Amino acid sequence: MKIIIAGNGKMGAALTRQLAAEGDDLTLIDSNLNVLESSEERYDIMVVHGNCASMEVLLQAGVKDADLLIAMAGADEVNLLCCMTAHGLNANIHTIARVCNPEYTNQVYVMRNMFALSMVVNPERQAATEMERLLKYPGFLKRDTFTKGRVEIVELRIDGRSKLKDVALNDMDSIVKCKTLVCAVLRDGKAVAPGGNFVLREGDRIYVTAFTNTLTILLKNLGIVTHKVKRVMLCGGGRVSYYLAKQLQNSGIQVQIVEQNPGRCRQMATMLPSACIIQGDSSSQFLLESEGISGCDALATLTGMDELNMIISLYGIRCGVPQVITKLGHIENTDLLGNLSLGSVISPKELCCNTIVQYVRAMKNQTGAALTVHTIADGQAEAMEFHADEGTRNCGKPLKTLKLKKGVLVVCISKGAKMEIPNGDSYFNVGDIVYVVTGRERTIYQLNDIFE
Amino acid sequence: MMGKFIGKILLVEAVFMVPAMLISLWEREFAAVTAFMWSLGALLVAAGGLSWFGRGSQKKFYAKEGLACVGLSWIAMSLLGCLPFFLSGVMPNYIDALFEIVSGFTTTGASILPAVEDVPRGILYWRSFSHWLGGMGVLVFLLAISSSGGNGFTMHLLRAESPGPNVGKLVPKMRKTATILYLIYILLTVLDVIFLLLGDMPLFEAVCTAFGTVGTGGFGVKNDSMAGYSPYIQNVCTVFMLLCGVNFSCYYLLLVKQVKSVLKDEELRLYLGVVLGSILIIVWNLRGFYATLEETVRHASFQVATIMTTTGFATTDYELWPGLSKAILLSLMILGASAGSTGGGFKCGRALLVAKSLHRSVRQVVHPQKVQVVRLNGHAVDEKILQNTNAYLAAYMIAIILSFLLISVDGFSITSNLSAVLACFNNIGPGFDAVGPTCNYGAYSDFSKIVLTWDMLAGRLEIFPMLILLSRSTWKHR
Repeated sequence: MKIIIAGNGKMGAALTRQLAAEGDDLTLIDSNLNVLESSEERYDIMVVHGNCASMEVLLQAGVKDADLLIAMAGADEVNLLCCMTAHGLNANIHTIARVCNPEYTNQVYVMRNMFALSMVVNPERQAATEMERLLKYPGFLKRDTFTKGRVEIVELRIDGRSKLKDVALNDMDSIVKCKTLVCAVLRDGKAVAPGGNFVLREGDRIYVTAFTNTLTILLKNLGIVTHKVKRVMLCGGGRVSYYLAKQLQNSGIQVQIVEQNPGRCRQMATMLPSACIIQGDSSSQFLLESEGISGCDALATLTGMDELNMIISLYGIRCGVPQVITKLGHIENTDLLGNLSLGSVISPKELCCNTIVQYVRAMKNQTGAALTVHTIADGQAEAMEFHADEGTRNCGKPLKTLKLKKGVLVVCISKGAKMEIPNGDSYFNVGDIVYVVTGRERTIYQLNDIFE
Repeated sequence: MMGKFIGKILLVEAVFMVPAMLISLWEREFAAVTAFMWSLGALLVAAGGLSWFGRGSQKKFYAKEGLACVGLSWIAMSLLGCLPFFLSGVMPNYIDALFEIVSGFTTTGASILPAVEDVPRGILYWRSFSHWLGGMGVLVFLLAISSSGGNGFTMHLLRAESPGPNVGKLVPKMRKTATILYLIYILLTVLDVIFLLLGDMPLFEAVCTAFGTVGTGGFGVKNDSMAGYSPYIQNVCTVFMLLCGVNFSCYYLLLVKQVKSVLKDEELRLYLGVVLGSILIIVWNLRGFYATLEETVRHASFQVATIMTTTGFATTDYELWPGLSKAILLSLMILGASAGSTGGGFKCGRALLVAKSLHRSVRQVVHPQKVQVVRLNGHAVDEKILQNTNAYLAAYMIAIILSFLLISVDGFSITSNLSAVLACFNNIGPGFDAVGPTCNYGAYSDFSKIVLTWDMLAGRLEIFPMLILLSRSTWKHR
């Protein structure tokens, strides 16, 4: 598929990496020649230098016969103009625009119709939503939900006190006392697909498939004591911070925001009347201490600098904050962080990338494409949700008789209202929803791709 | 990784050597067949060995590896590709054989053979085919047939092997880009063969001549190069040489119907302008030299095309022409064809950039504070490209002067030595005086032949892939 990515910033680069690996024909537009050159040397793509909203540059990038335009430039207005211009030049093109200014959030749906956009993405808002969901179930590092919100893949870290430490996976059911399936384990920065005899060790991060309604039981039996989050401290007053504060306020949670820039503080105070805005340097331990960091139920570090976020999170964990969320912009170096306990790590970039990749895959296969795509285990594995239809092979056959590709795991089957964590005798029928986890090296576009 | 890559290149070479062997078999030239068999064996053993050594390595490709890989591939290809010449006894001296095949792969067309017509036909075919393979580049061919798996490292290979200051892709995928380039190339070759056949040229000669023309190489299959053929065939050659001196991306733009941007292309305009101007001046200068005006125009245009596109065929002995005409030909030798074509030389595009930045420097003297941007085809040219172009000019001059000094040891005249270096470095073939169109390079010593061989490779690969092999830091582990 011919895809144009306008804007080669952090988001654009992450998308390029993903889509180039999927084998699409990519053309990158940016006004900065240096970033373009480094992308051209890393991936098999074409680059065009210039302003992505200008007609001439778009034509040069081949907008006339492109299938999809993804506008990821820094400014929302440029993205919108870019998509509109592209649409004017090629009526059949699909367009995805990044719009992240809070002032536009309420009009996004209207804009989508008005400007004929196929999709509007807002990475910051998406990240905020993700964080809010984590805060609702403290204890998990990450939650990936599938459609209808009934099945989830949650991430847990095995620490020294964990009940799962040195337990073989076969014995796990007797401890957690509910149906679960460990679909991936991240050990020493490498993802492994575990078998039944796999013994968990301290420092492992495990990815567990579970039903949403059993999450409380899971937490209780694992001995993870949780109390409801009442007071949250946010470091940094950026867009993620704003969206998160807004959502938390709606659920009646008290929010404290620490931001250094006085002007931005005033702005935040205007937009969030009931939040407590503190002007100061969030890297100062004295300030955090005096604002009561040890008494918080949760801490989210959302400044623009990854290093700073990591340091504040480490400090927060030492102060005994039960739930810590760290925002990271650059996700590439996460294998370095494997042994640092930073609480939950959320990357707006990665979340948004997943959404777009999902859209691209759906465009490629009109039928049978994944309903949802999540990357787990630091991007080394993918969890996907498929609808089994008439075209699906091997319906009604028990899983133990099927030859699946190496590294592919069927983690859940949903038959209408009934959900099932599969064993060897399980099977799926037409109309069921099948959840699959696979290593990143092989891409599964359709359900049929999982068979040998 | 590098070993694996070079192994693949040698494998490609082996596959292309098979037709030459079959021709020898058909013509019952058994000495040549044995030579081809041994060469094929050597190629396969070398390819297998290199792949075996490089099998486990997962080392990544960066700019350095890309450049070094191109340089090494060409050297390996030449060292083994010359074996048929050497083993069949056509060239008893290995250095001669190496000189001949490098001259083939780099599309130079400088020969050490005094009498071509006595050579077995399979050998002649391989000699001409080396032009065709080297013209577009064997690595580009490899890129077209193998998938790069979403990596960008292939960009380094394309940049290193394709001539020109600013190499870019035509379409996002490297594999498709390389395929398009080769399809255009094959199309031009087939057209050339058809037109030559229409002029009653025998099939074997037509194919070999087309390889030499489209690859802008210049190995002929006759002792008198093209002089013995009919005016029609000479004119066909002129046209195809000129066509292949054009940047191939122009043809792609024509195929996707962007005629306007082709017509506005400054390099193309300069190239055609220089061709036309040179022909006119030489025709004027040669008045009375040939019997008819037709003959004058035909010889003038053929010689201008053959030198400018760095092919090196000959229809007449331009050594006898007046001084002005010879001076024009010498200047054309340096200028060369367009970037992104199969021709060699300094390249019109690069000359354009050098001239423009020189113009800018002059204006800067008048207005020292003036901010100036160099433009090409209406777009601003990046300073880095200008810098590289100027650096290339310096490297070019230094390489030519050093080689000139080195081969002067042999005691030929200054004209011979200088034109030999220029003709080899710019991949033309014939020079003046002792290496003129009626003579050959056989008289030079082995040492000079090695220097000239290096010059041909450096000229074809545009210096840096060959220079990097000489740099110590390339071989250090990092």
